[in-house]
Amino acid sequence: MADIVAPAYRTFPIIPALKPGAMEGKGPYVANEKLNEALGFPGQLVEDWHDRAIAKMGELLSKYRSLRVFMDACVHCGACTDKCHYFIGTQDPKNMPVARQDLMRSVYRRYFTLPGKLFPKLVGARDLTREVLDEWYNYYNQCSECRRCSVFCPYGIDTAEITMAAREILDSIGYGQKYSNEIIGKVHRIGNNLGLPGPALIDTLEGLEEDVKDATGVDVRFPIDVKGAEVLLVTPSADFFAEPHIDSLIGYAKVFHATGTSWTLSSMASEAGNFGMFIGNYDQLRKIALRIREAALELGVKRIVVGECGHAWRVAYSFWNTLSGVGGGAGEVDRFAQMLQKQLDHRYKQPTHICEFTWDMIERNALTFDKSANDKHIITFHDSCNVARGSSMGNLPGGQFEIPRNIIKAVANNFVEMAPNTTREQTFCCGGGGGLLTDDLLDVRVKGALPRMEVLQQVVDEHGVNFMATICAICKAQFTKVMPIYGFDRRMVGGVHQLVSNAIQLGQK
Amino acid sequence: MASIVFAIMFYLATLLFVVGLLYRINTYARTPAPLKIPTTPAPTTTGGVVMRMTREVVFFESLFKSNLWIWGLGMMFHASLALVLMRHLRYFTEPVWGWVALIQPFGMYAGITMLLGLCGLWGRRFFVERIRYISTPSDHLMLLLLIGIAASGLMMKFVVHTDVIAVKGYFLGLMHFNIQALPADLLLLVHLSLVMSLLVVFPFSKLLHAPGVFFSPTRNQKDNPREQRHLSAWAKKLESEKN
Repeated sequence: MADIVAPAYRTFPIIPALKPGAMEGKGPYVANEKLNEALGFPGQLVEDWHDRAIAKMGELLSKYRSLRVFMDACVHCGACTDKCHYFIGTQDPKNMPVARQDLMRSVYRRYFTLPGKLFPKLVGARDLTREVLDEWYNYYNQCSECRRCSVFCPYGIDTAEITMAAREILDSIGYGQKYSNEIIGKVHRIGNNLGLPGPALIDTLEGLEEDVKDATGVDVRFPIDVKGAEVLLVTPSADFFAEPHIDSLIGYAKVFHATGTSWTLSSMASEAGNFGMFIGNYDQLRKIALRIREAALELGVKRIVVGECGHAWRVAYSFWNTLSGVGGGAGEVDRFAQMLQKQLDHRYKQPTHICEFTWDMIERNALTFDKSANDKHIITFHDSCNVARGSSMGNLPGGQFEIPRNIIKAVANNFVEMAPNTTREQTFCCGGGGGLLTDDLLDVRVKGALPRMEVLQQVVDEHGVNFMATICAICKAQFTKVMPIYGFDRRMVGGVHQLVSNAIQLGQK
Repeated sequence: MASIVFAIMFYLATLLFVVGLLYRINTYARTPAPLKIPTTPAPTTTGGVVMRMTREVVFFESLFKSNLWIWGLGMMFHASLALVLMRHLRYFTEPVWGWVALIQPFGMYAGITMLLGLCGLWGRRFFVERIRYISTPSDHLMLLLLIGIAASGLMMKFVVHTDVIAVKGYFLGLMHFNIQALPADLLLLVHLSLVMSLLVVFPFSKLLHAPGVFFSPTRNQKDNPREQRHLSAWAKKLESEKN
């Protein structure tokens, strides 16, 4: 990996010139037979991949209105062309959102539209050849499904939907990506993305109790599989032992402790992440989500709270109610959802983000903080893409931006915003989302981080920022890896609840 | 002779346009949207969604956030086109509606701004590297078609007049299946042929962005997934198998 270097900052934030073919290649490692077959996909690229891919595409076009409309509606206006962090960082024109979409749209036109059948050249339609298929594999694995392009498209075309469809087609013909499929296999086999088995998890939690006791003198518990607890916490498994994730887990536990909330983790649902979304596979998305339903039913909890994880929160907030009934408002006859929803306490939003939980407690005056404990930090906040553009928090649109910031301001004195066209709904992805957080994609990850690193450098220079808070396990892992390549200290990145943990006063109320 | 040929072609083109468009809209409407995917922050109420769609369709809100050049030129073209179309209602109504009479002078100048907007949009396809990269021949032809329509129309208004009274008689006749004589002016025939081409390609091309935008789930969905369970028919089937 010695040859991977950070691209230079742009002196002015100009739109980069095109470098065709800059990121051409074989793409990430292909999933092997064992990984594919465990998920019910063909082991390797099938003989009749062409026909099966086209058939699958037809099926998806009839199942997803998004794909159907997005294939037709694009007018090639160019509004999205300079919006993707991977394009900005790599300058490869096929990383422009519209060009990435056109990899599939050209095939759609050829097989599903009259002009494409009659005059392929005229409308930019292409046969699905092996070269085109390889191009799909390469470039649809250079999209983090962050939806930034969809903010700017006059028709709301969301490249993430197209990337998901492409990956779904590739998986259906045995041409899946190793990293994502391996992780999904682990969730099913072991219970979480990191493959941490139950006993190891229990061990880790006991160790954490000791650590917190040593540091604070307080018996903060990290309970697991406790039947009858009020809150089930579902959090990304990275929170259990990765740095800096674990500091946020300690933060959640302290908040629960300080507010006297009875809570539990679940060994069955020891993972909030859901890579089923990344590969666009509804069955996987659903199966992974159902674990949380089962755990909630089994433990009899009243509330389900989700830890700091971007795409997990999108899945939880936007999809859980659909997939597994974790939510509210199911009809009387909807027995599947009612079974769980009757059990949940609907005075609270279901599911609840940990930031919503903490902020609610702060507003009720149930927590005490010593803000000076965070005085060593000058803090900025990186909005995580899936939280920003695929979910919400609280009661008002935009709560996903305000609530984490409100918490930071409640627990620390020094807070600075990054450039406005790179935060909130216009935030840049960290560069590692969407199933790209693997070392075989490190080059594209480093380049994709460029726009965020540029504006971080700006606030570092102007305000001396030394801490970038975020509420996503992938952001945390990606930044700790790529920030040193840009010359930053890896400890600059951390969770919002890490700051909460620093400042919270236990045993005050 | 030309009168009859054009009449038949107009009927066919209109039929294709209407049937093709209805077919497309029907497909969009019937294709399920299994998951809640509004681009957030998004409105949580139906009223809010109506406002968001209105801002999107009337003011091109997202495009405005994206790129002022495309927004400006796109706005100039679309707003002008709307005025021009409204102005043309005078060929299809007798007596001419009051407000159509009122906008006649504006509609006339809108023809010019429409042409300018189109030329600007076309220029971008040559001069901006990224847009040049993504442009297909049909993207160029579509603009050329619209430029041809605008230019031939303006020529008739400002250079070589045609007998507009007769043109109006012809179209009123068409509407009542009573075919009248069409002035045999070259510019008029070119103008009408291009308009017919536009009607025909509409349901098969990127012009579907017009109906498409109304069906875009990232824009037209309410952001209330926690408050209301959203389940498509095919997803519901998975459930009954299991439960």
